[in-house]
Amino acid sequence: MSGATAQSWRDWLLTDTPASRRQAAWGRRYRLWRDFQANRLAMGGLVVVVVLMLASMLAPVLAPYDPGIQNLANRLARPSAAHWLGTDELGRDILSRILFGGQVTLGMVVAVVIMVAPLGLAIGCIAGYFGGTLDRVLMRVTDVFLSFPRLILALAFVAAIKPGVTSAVFAIVLTAWPPYARLARAETLTVRGTDYIAAVRLTGASSFRIILRHIVPMCIGSLVVRVTLDMSSIILTAASLGFLGMGAQPPSPEWGAMIATARRFILEQWWVPTIPGVAIFVASLAFNLLGDGLRDVLDPKQR
Amino acid sequence: MSTMIRVDDLGVRFGSFEAARGVSFAVEKGASFGIVGESGSGKSTVLRALSGLNQDWSGKMEIAGVALGPRRPKDFFRRVQMVFQDPYGSLHPRQTVDRALSEPLEVHGIADPEPRILRALAEVALPAAVRFRYPHQLSGGQRQRVAVARALMSEPDVLLLDEPTSALDVSVQAEVLNLLMDLQERRNLTYVMVSHNLAVVAHLCSTVGVMQGGEMVETVTSADLRAGRASHPHTRELRALSMELEEP
Repeated sequence: MSGATAQSWRDWLLTDTPASRRQAAWGRRYRLWRDFQANRLAMGGLVVVVVLMLASMLAPVLAPYDPGIQNLANRLARPSAAHWLGTDELGRDILSRILFGGQVTLGMVVAVVIMVAPLGLAIGCIAGYFGGTLDRVLMRVTDVFLSFPRLILALAFVAAIKPGVTSAVFAIVLTAWPPYARLARAETLTVRGTDYIAAVRLTGASSFRIILRHIVPMCIGSLVVRVTLDMSSIILTAASLGFLGMGAQPPSPEWGAMIATARRFILEQWWVPTIPGVAIFVASLAFNLLGDGLRDVLDPKQR
Repeated sequence: MSTMIRVDDLGVRFGSFEAARGVSFAVEKGASFGIVGESGSGKSTVLRALSGLNQDWSGKMEIAGVALGPRRPKDFFRRVQMVFQDPYGSLHPRQTVDRALSEPLEVHGIADPEPRILRALAEVALPAAVRFRYPHQLSGGQRQRVAVARALMSEPDVLLLDEPTSALDVSVQAEVLNLLMDLQERRNLTYVMVSHNLAVVAHLCSTVGVMQGGEMVETVTSADLRAGRASHPHTRELRALSMELEEP
């Protein structure tokens, strides 16, 4: 695109008097994006997250070896030209396993987030909006879930179903939603009594519509932030479950499981457990930075 | 003329506190009824019960001859709308003017939102450029105009005004009051206006009910009120106070 057309696009987006709803909506998105871009750290986080996601998705193309191929003659090899990150205890290429493991680990995180945020949001908003008995029942259920240590509860769930990636995802969802419900309920309570919600009630809108279109948008900012800040702890829970043998099952290359099986080599062949640890650390940090940036952009109180 | 609003022996309780009791009044179609009183006299309570926001009341209320229950049918909200006191609080902070105005249309399934929104903006004398702005990008007077436009979107017969000008500065107050008077004339609206400002109420309303401690102590015409022919001591007190403020 030439400079002149880019400029005219920018003018179209930033105009004070948009001609249509579509233009106004795009202008709004562009302004948010511009605010977000100004935050260097958050942009760094975003870039790392995107790179990690792309690398895992393209693992079949990028990975130099099959992640399952063993070569016992070359086990626990140091990083070299042939194996950039060395090999593990069965002679499998660690770089390939990290790339394919990203599919499992990041896939779990995404699956958890897609389920946990709407679940917590729905429960919190319904409890907060209707109040009364429904609120009390839902919040006591939330308390019950909150009162267990997260990992222990997840472990119990997985053990009760059957170890594996899918049950690990459901276990994490079941243990991760209460804080979201609490957050959404608190936001709903502050919004519920305002005049603008009273005005919507006076249009005759149904409670469902009021919650979905008027209350949820007020909660979503803090929820998105909370989700991105939680991503790292979701990765860690997924990794811990893998570490304890309750998540991804061998030979599936999940980051946590990789650390678990390689931990006995930490003193002699330190790179074998360290590399997946670094992957977890980098992903967590990137999500945290991204969350911080999103909070700055989305929080109306900071504008 | 027919009676548009009839309120008979209305009582509202909050727990053991009686916020309003034995309130009765009637408003003809196309007329304006003002309710004045000090803070806490129960005037807003009466309005919120009438609007359906407060469902916990006793007594009888009718709109156009139809008795009202605690829960109102959707059609009620098409015929009766409300403008709130604080224009800073009555517009959703995350929604553009466009969204605020299209909401009643979507809820009631009214067709042609585009021309209706543009016409509504013109009717309350707002430029079309305001359409995609957020409330925080508007002045107080503009916001209150948006709130009035929103209330008119479903083409109601009755507008309930809860101190619609008290959060605005004096020059803007006059603008909004004149707008309300214009609209009433054009659309034959029936108003119930709550205010603590006797001058504002007497300006807009032909009849005024005076409230004290949850009771409507007197109903007078504004002509009588202006001439000083009020019988209840509290009405005379309020009148004297407002005269004092106007002529220091």
